[in-house]
Amino acid sequence: MTSLANKPALSLSRVAIYAVLIVAVFIYLVPLVVMLLTSFKSPEDIGSGNLLSWPTEVTAIGWIKAWATVKGYFWNSFLITVPAVLISTTIGALNGYVLSMWRFRGSQLFFGLLLFGCFLPFQTVLLPASFTLGKMGLASTTTGLVFVHVVYGLAFTTLFFRNYYVSIPDALVKAARLDGAGFFTIFRRIILPMSTPIIMVCLIWQFTQIWNDFLFGVVFSSGDSQPITVALNNLVNTSTGVKEYNVDMAAAMIAGLPTLLVYVVAGKYFVRGLTAGAVKG
Amino acid sequence: MSSVAVFSKASPFDALQRWLPKLVLAPSMFIVLVGFYGYILWTFVLSFTNSTFLPTYKFVGLAQYARLFDNDRWWVASKNLAVFGGMFIGISMVVGVLLAVFLDQRIRREGFIRTIYLYPMALSMIVTGTAWKWLLNPGMGLDKLLRDWGWEGFRLDWLIDPDRVVYCLVIAAVWQASGFIMAMFLAGLRGVDQSIIRAAQIDGASMPKIYWKVVLPSLRPVFFSAVMILAHIAIKSFDLVAAMTAGGPGYSSDLPAMFMYSFTFSRGQMGMGSASAILMLGAILAILVPYLYSELRAKRND
Amino acid sequence: MNSISRLAALISLASLFPLSAMAADAKGTVEVVHWWTSGGEKAAVDVLRAQVEKDGFTWKDGAVAGGGGATAMTVLKSRAVAGNPPGVAQIKGPDIQEWASTGLLDTDVLKTVSKEEKWDSLLDKKVSDTVKYDGDYVAVPVNIHRVNWLWINPEVFKKAGIEKAPTTLEEFYAAGDKLKAAGFIPLAHGGQPWQDSTVFEAVVLSVMGADGYKKALVDLDNAALTGPEMVKSLTELKKVATYMDADGKGQDWNLEAAKVINGKAGMQIMGDWAKSEWTAAKKVAGKDYECVAFPGTDKAFTYNIDSLAVFKQKDAGTAAGQQDIAKVVLGENFQKVFSINKGSIPVRNDMLADMGKYGFDSCAQTAAKDFLADAKTGGLQPSMAHNMATTLAVQGAFFDVVTNFINDPKADPADAAKKLGAAIKSAK
Repeated sequence: MTSLANKPALSLSRVAIYAVLIVAVFIYLVPLVVMLLTSFKSPEDIGSGNLLSWPTEVTAIGWIKAWATVKGYFWNSFLITVPAVLISTTIGALNGYVLSMWRFRGSQLFFGLLLFGCFLPFQTVLLPASFTLGKMGLASTTTGLVFVHVVYGLAFTTLFFRNYYVSIPDALVKAARLDGAGFFTIFRRIILPMSTPIIMVCLIWQFTQIWNDFLFGVVFSSGDSQPITVALNNLVNTSTGVKEYNVDMAAAMIAGLPTLLVYVVAGKYFVRGLTAGAVKG
Repeated sequence: MSSVAVFSKASPFDALQRWLPKLVLAPSMFIVLVGFYGYILWTFVLSFTNSTFLPTYKFVGLAQYARLFDNDRWWVASKNLAVFGGMFIGISMVVGVLLAVFLDQRIRREGFIRTIYLYPMALSMIVTGTAWKWLLNPGMGLDKLLRDWGWEGFRLDWLIDPDRVVYCLVIAAVWQASGFIMAMFLAGLRGVDQSIIRAAQIDGASMPKIYWKVVLPSLRPVFFSAVMILAHIAIKSFDLVAAMTAGGPGYSSDLPAMFMYSFTFSRGQMGMGSASAILMLGAILAILVPYLYSELRAKRND
Repeated sequence: MNSISRLAALISLASLFPLSAMAADAKGTVEVVHWWTSGGEKAAVDVLRAQVEKDGFTWKDGAVAGGGGATAMTVLKSRAVAGNPPGVAQIKGPDIQEWASTGLLDTDVLKTVSKEEKWDSLLDKKVSDTVKYDGDYVAVPVNIHRVNWLWINPEVFKKAGIEKAPTTLEEFYAAGDKLKAAGFIPLAHGGQPWQDSTVFEAVVLSVMGADGYKKALVDLDNAALTGPEMVKSLTELKKVATYMDADGKGQDWNLEAAKVINGKAGMQIMGDWAKSEWTAAKKVAGKDYECVAFPGTDKAFTYNIDSLAVFKQKDAGTAAGQQDIAKVVLGENFQKVFSINKGSIPVRNDMLADMGKYGFDSCAQTAAKDFLADAKTGGLQPSMAHNMATTLAVQGAFFDVVTNFINDPKADPADAAKKLGAAIKSAK
């Protein structure tokens, strides 16, 4: 009661705001709850009950089966995602730095070309990219797949960093230049220490994108080095086989777990990073 | 850069400094030119050939484009993209802005609520599509749930209604992306100078009016980024359709990305698939470039 | 350590991650791209894999599910363009001819093994023709699915007062009416394009007979595609569609099969892989469920043959592995295990003639008997819906027209036949 003074009064409009927010929470949660419930049901249970009915018998068989199928691919996804995220973020940071602080004739044009590149449907690049990778001797290797992820992640990482760095006052860099500091010195001493928020945004974004990618993964990897999304698809997407929805749902949850964790744990950095300037066009 | 030039007497170090930015950008420029524009050019060339199963280079002029225009499915897909894209961007914006403004009212447990809104973005479109396919399944999903709960006359069969199935895609896509838009606007709102709001309050303006007239207009760059991201998701929506409807019933929920993929790869009509890709890119170019240009130019004039 | 060198360290660390492990082995590695990933299918493939590995080869598994092999096709094309196709890939029907015509399939590697194992006498001519290019084997057939099945829940039939399984379309409609009156879903059906076309081709076969079916759906004869018989087929199809599950549009066939299994629906038109759902629900063929040929098609057999094609390889060591796979695939043990798991029948004529010996159930026994009989009469026809009859482009054109016809309440059969003719012509 004593703290009431600090808080806005509990008016009708505030009740309405809370109501809307809470209803929205439920709506956003429903699919997750349904998936969780389904993953713990037995196949007969799924056929008879409704979406939100409690499992008549909670069984982890779906999870056990799903894990047995996809566990080998879990690690593959890390081997692909971690280097691809780090490399594309590094290059994006350098590109953004050049595009915002060291503009030269044509650099704006390049930025425009890059922006348009964001909209390229990736299905169009599958064949020519395969051809290129084949010529480079990287076809169906993890290195090749990482390379492709780096290339098509560049547009967004560069965009993030460029937009963030644009908001840093020029004066800072100009002063350093007058002191004789070089290109990399300025980046290292001045820019990089200020970049933590946007690095977080970029890492989270790239991690989600690359971890969740299916198309590149299925085309540019092979056999035992396939990422988990391919394994998930193999489980969920059979056309002439028996479907075990509890296994499907459990596998989908397992495949989504790392990205979910990233959002739950690092979500606040994400919003903080966006606040720090990533969205300032 | 001129400031550097004044001090330098063109020593090797300075020359290097002048070239460094270009050197650093060069690999990316090369990659973009080859990996984006080179491949687009290749697709462009293929669209004039009679490639079927694998690429061949027998040129047939505009025949593939003519076939494409004759193809009823292509028009359905294009119309769907207009409906889907428009509704998806519009609704995600409204929901995102609304939730962001509400969340910005010093809400208890904001971090928790925010995480809930944001988590769908962590999931892949395939998972989203699979989950919503379940939920919207007539006879098994929400349809049955609400009837079990006593709403006898309830009927939700959009997923199997050729005229409404595209709304199902919108629902799932909005569910996935609106939280992200919320986060972007929340971030924007946090950056708004509080003194402006207070000043307006003192002037006696109501809160909704302040937001509508003062706060939101100051977030124009956020709108720009949000539209870019949403448009990018809408145009590339492939996984979602594949997982949720596979284009059905019939091909009533087909989208151009799906059309292009299935004709290029599954149906062995690579020439026509390439033609559709080129038309897609052309449409994006026509709509986006003026927007991009005006936004980027406006900023430079600030 | 400053930030730059830290970043550099990260990058160099990243590049240290193992690239795809190169297995050093005694006899060579074969990569197999296939889309058998569901429970029973996977178990069946594991039998093949175990045998091949026992023979000393390394099996590199390239399972890619999705869209009845559509995703695998994308992967194969990319791999072909990159210049490193897998050693063995699941390719079927006329696609084998298309791939072979690009020169990517190996026409030599199976020569000796096919002679030694007497494939020509072991296989029906229709089967061996499918996997040959210019007289050379470029693929090995794995199993045969029969597509024109009608699955029946006899208990539901009894409750609705239906005496026996329908054998003509008229009886089918009568049964459908009775089921409807008794409050059941008459025909469980998931309205995805391939499922719609599965029903379409069954109706065409019923109305036009095996000869008409061949003219229209295999030879793509324009007169047959647009003629009065096709109009009649489409009229009947529309009538069949009135008995379909209203909630089934765009749904997976499994969900619909479950409705028949659970006694909510009476019948389903589906290939024999549907049996896997019944088996998974612990139901017994002939007792808990019945399988009969789709009404009016008991003297015909639409087939869907799975096969594994061999690609030319840079590494000569792979050839032995490819040959080993081919040999194991046609071996009795694999043929038996695979088909029992998938619900199909073996490709070997000697096994088809003596199904009981291998423990196949009554449905598979009927299928085998019909296969051998129909092979002699010409009733044996490739399934259009399962890309055995035409190229994928033509099949796609069929799918579009048929699905639209079924889903459009105002569709006119005569008009649809015309559209069919035009669409096929443009896709050819």
